[in-house]
Amino acid sequence: MADGSIGLWTVPLAVLGGAIRVSTPFLFVSLGECITERSGRINLGLEGTLVMGAMSAYGISYVTGSPWLGVLAAGITGALLGALHAGICSLPRVNDVAVGIALMLFGTGLAFYLGKPLIEPTAPRLPAIDFGWWSDIPQVRAALRVNVLFLIGVALAPILYWAFRTTRWGLLIRTAGESSDAARAMGHSVLLIRLRATMVGGFLAGIGGSFLSLFYPGSWNEGLSSGQGITAVALVIFARWDPLLCLWASLAFGGAAALGPALQSVGVTSGYHLFNAAPYILTLAIMIITCSPKRTLTGAPAELSITR
Amino acid sequence: MIIGETPPPSGAFGVDAIAMTMRFGDFLALDNVELKVRPGSFHALLGENGAGKSTLVKCMMGYYHATEGDIIVGGREQAIANPKDAHALGLGMVYQHFTLVPAMTVAENLVLARDDVPAVVNWPKEMKELEAFLARMPFKVPLSAKVSDISAGERQKCEILKQLYLKRRFLILDEPTSVLTPAEADEVLGMLRDMVVKGELTILMITHKFREVMAFADEVTILRRGKLAGAGKVAELTPDAMARTMIGAEELTVQPPRTGEAAQARLELEKVRAIDDAGAIAVHDVSLTVRAGEIVGIAGVSGNGQRQLVEVLAGQREAESGEVRVAGDPYRASREEMRRHRMSLLPEEPLKNACVGGMSVADNIAFREFDRAPFASGGWWLNRSAFRSDARKKIGQYKIKTRTPDTPISALSGGNVQRAVLARELGGDVEVLIAANPCFGLDFAAVAQIHAEIMAARNRGAAVLLVSEDLDELLELSDRLVVMFHGEFVYEARTSEADLTVVGRHMAGH
Repeated sequence: MADGSIGLWTVPLAVLGGAIRVSTPFLFVSLGECITERSGRINLGLEGTLVMGAMSAYGISYVTGSPWLGVLAAGITGALLGALHAGICSLPRVNDVAVGIALMLFGTGLAFYLGKPLIEPTAPRLPAIDFGWWSDIPQVRAALRVNVLFLIGVALAPILYWAFRTTRWGLLIRTAGESSDAARAMGHSVLLIRLRATMVGGFLAGIGGSFLSLFYPGSWNEGLSSGQGITAVALVIFARWDPLLCLWASLAFGGAAALGPALQSVGVTSGYHLFNAAPYILTLAIMIITCSPKRTLTGAPAELSITR
Repeated sequence: MIIGETPPPSGAFGVDAIAMTMRFGDFLALDNVELKVRPGSFHALLGENGAGKSTLVKCMMGYYHATEGDIIVGGREQAIANPKDAHALGLGMVYQHFTLVPAMTVAENLVLARDDVPAVVNWPKEMKELEAFLARMPFKVPLSAKVSDISAGERQKCEILKQLYLKRRFLILDEPTSVLTPAEADEVLGMLRDMVVKGELTILMITHKFREVMAFADEVTILRRGKLAGAGKVAELTPDAMARTMIGAEELTVQPPRTGEAAQARLELEKVRAIDDAGAIAVHDVSLTVRAGEIVGIAGVSGNGQRQLVEVLAGQREAESGEVRVAGDPYRASREEMRRHRMSLLPEEPLKNACVGGMSVADNIAFREFDRAPFASGGWWLNRSAFRSDARKKIGQYKIKTRTPDTPISALSGGNVQRAVLARELGGDVEVLIAANPCFGLDFAAVAQIHAEIMAARNRGAAVLLVSEDLDELLELSDRLVVMFHGEFVYEARTSEADLTVVGRHMAGH
């Protein structure tokens, strides 16, 4: 390490690097959940989807030797879990939040069970692009080693923002989420729209999981996710169901999550666990500031079970 | 429709429903009903709530599949399996509840309604086409405004424009004017009537307003309890004859005459301000005094702050500022104050706002007094038999149709839910009564009974605040009339001296 030449700059640099690295799963899960929630349904099971995605990506990457096939497998696993959620929710008198919690437990449990043999072996990992080649400082280079999935996620946010406004599918998803009566009156099947939206959401969440096992931290173990999927679902709420705000919120969360390790690396060890809790404190703080008992959330899809 | 079959010729066409029977389990919703709508005519479909009007048109639109019967469109028998088939034949429907998506713009709503929404919408091109379409239409709507930001009248125009944009030539309108001011209603129906006269359109309108039937419709079909009760040319009928055909032999409660004069101030509002769920100001510093022995009616198109005002008085919403006084004392809608001042409330949508659907009729009737003698000893030990005997008494007195006092209240029809709430709220002495759209969606018998009870409460010296979207109801019951627009009281007059056109203008904000 190039001694303390950059000194306290390590902290913001590490936070930036963390924002890029840690935010990717947040970004994919929140964009996926954004699609699902805009269609009028909440899928809390994305934590389970994330872990299942991580496990299947690692397994397929190990077996085939191709990390990209692993990513695809994670997406398909996620889409299948999404289909399961949507399928159960399309039955009468089924509550989507309860189904989501059940699927969260199911997904994590199944992943731990199937993933037992994957803890030992090492699977091929996803490549990264070195955007820090111009710098001699190793910390800068480390911070700017960016994974392709992150770039895809960053591109996806504006694409979704555009798609919600100008494509047939975007308009249909919003209609189903804002007024199922209106959608039905136009002769569309709300259940079918939500099935597809939940599957796409699951697909993206699965890919978010593949990032965990194939890039950062880059191995398969049971403590891999530690609630990132559920945090990302909360993130959608204060991103006001806007894909672009989901991107910024994910970056903020990634940065907050990197704060603890960054401070430790410059020798601030007191309150390490407190700083590690930064994302959760951030969640609480934003929730308290933005919520009021007197008004409903602006931008909330009207058909969502939490706003109805 | 069979694919490949030639579509019906352009211009207005007629639709006949022949020998329609519709069963829902044991319930016979339609019994051998016939409806003939001639091409290029304005046809009214009359009937009480539950008479089968909605079921009939939903069968025509393919939402329901009639147990028996045929639909003939433009002279040809058609099997309409779903709404898409109906749309393909040129049939369109404007629903009583809006089907526009509030969070989207008018333009988005219009484009979205098409059967052939392109995969990627070219907005500049679409906007140009929409503007060209609007230029040919009799009424205008702001294309880029969000639907949630435009008035109810504009929304209704939007719904109708949507059907015309989709080139529908047979329009079914389900109580299209219930959210409009009389002037707006005349404007919209007048323009549709012009299109009918030109032969571009056939209209079937579900309504219960005789005034509109007399002014705009050519022919009328009347249903009663799922059966055809009568049909004919409007020119040969009177409102009285139509009303008698609708109701049949049922006896209506006779409303007591207005007696006694207004006395001291009972309910006082001073600069009350309240915000809506989105945080915008819904009630803007309104002041009002209601005296004992008078009915003050608040008129206005739905969504002008009436709901929030009633919620403040009911204790469902906190006022941002201002003061409410009852008999001179500050009032904060606590249970203790409501009891002391003998406040009664008939909120709109009583099943949602005044009842617990899953609890029994007896429990719901006892809500106000359930923890006091004789219903409870010591304030906590409930005496179930007292609940039941009190409920039995009130069920008889208020003609509530329920199987037993233990039936969950959500199993009752709308009229009977409102009767149960009436029994609870007006069963004892009343000093202040607040009623919001108390008769919305109810049949004649229930309406007559509720109107009679409200008038009787006034005659006994209660101060009554009646909020209603039904101007006829307000003109019939209230002593004084106030118009609410955009959260403010913009007009006030003695009802006997109020000018209907002036009232309508203020309702529309002019």
